Amino acid sequence: MARAAVSGRLTWRVATLAEARWETATARTLVLDLPDWPGHLPGQHVDVRLTAPDGYRAQRSYSIASAWSGGGPVELTVQRLEDGEVSTYLTDVYAVGAPVELRGPVGGWFVWRAAQPAPVLLVAGGSGIVPLMAMIRARGAVRGRQPFRLVYSVRTPDDAYYAGELARRVRDDPGLDVHYIYTRRTPEDWPEPPKRISVATVNTHGWPPDFGPACFVCGPTGFVETTADILVALGHDPRRIRTERFGGTS
Amino acid sequence: MSEVAVDGNAMAGDLGEIFAVDVTAAVATCAGCGRAGVVAELRLWVRAPGIVARCPSCGDVVLRLVRAPDRVFLDLRGATRLELRVPSP
Repeated sequence: MARAAVSGRLTWRVATLAEARWETATARTLVLDLPDWPGHLPGQHVDVRLTAPDGYRAQRSYSIASAWSGGGPVELTVQRLEDGEVSTYLTDVYAVGAPVELRGPVGGWFVWRAAQPAPVLLVAGGSGIVPLMAMIRARGAVRGRQPFRLVYSVRTPDDAYYAGELARRVRDDPGLDVHYIYTRRTPEDWPEPPKRISVATVNTHGWPPDFGPACFVCGPTGFVETTADILVALGHDPRRIRTERFGGTS
Repeated sequence: MSEVAVDGNAMAGDLGEIFAVDVTAAVATCAGCGRAGVVAELRLWVRAPGIVARCPSCGDVVLRLVRAPDRVFLDLRGATRLELRVPSP
């Protein structure tokens, strides 16, 4: 399927916004109708292109949030960046029924394949949850038995994407664990003060290196570097650690 | 405004437009320091007139991609080798 997803000429196609919902005060999920979508693997992304009336174009890469199960729409979750010319349009202006140009799916490296038997550690910083959520959803869709652990770092409880769905999946998807790290403000009854990801967090809530887990780390550059360094220091094989970094605000 | 640095994963679309295989999963050997690593891990500067991808180890430019309306310019002089996985026959 990976080959099918990337073979052939990669061309721009027109998607239509079927519905939208806010995940947080600044992150909006776009549910896009895409006729003839070839399907995608969890972790892949798309390029979105906007064209102004004067012909000026801007293009950005967004991770796909949804899993593909042979049909249906494709979901992206877009974080509004204060100076983002594309993201502010997609979060604040782009209306249901309107078209947008999109190409994909692309990217064959930061990808989880349901046939991989290894346990999986997902580490997300902020909006880095998006491609990892696609992996959790894909595992849920095929009732995968690979043990999955997600460590999800957010500033405050209000900044967590998909909180309701993750709580439901922890209950209903056997073998999925989720641990939150709050860096600025915790929920009221939280047992520890705000903190950043550390060796202790990854050691406690990740997998031991000898389980040979596949590790996927996605988030702001500094977060990804720190987490990858911790994983290597704990003895994880660097070849089993896949990373995706983005800029903008952490 | 500071540049938005991302990594080679974000080049998949622009490379996918011109190559039949996914180049972000290819292993590139840096001409500067000899580090071999996947293209997805290169550090990206996307606010330049094109895309500039640098080695995460030494910072040298490994790959440059500039898009004009009717053509693409790809400068790979910073990579001594590109190792691509292809399906076995």
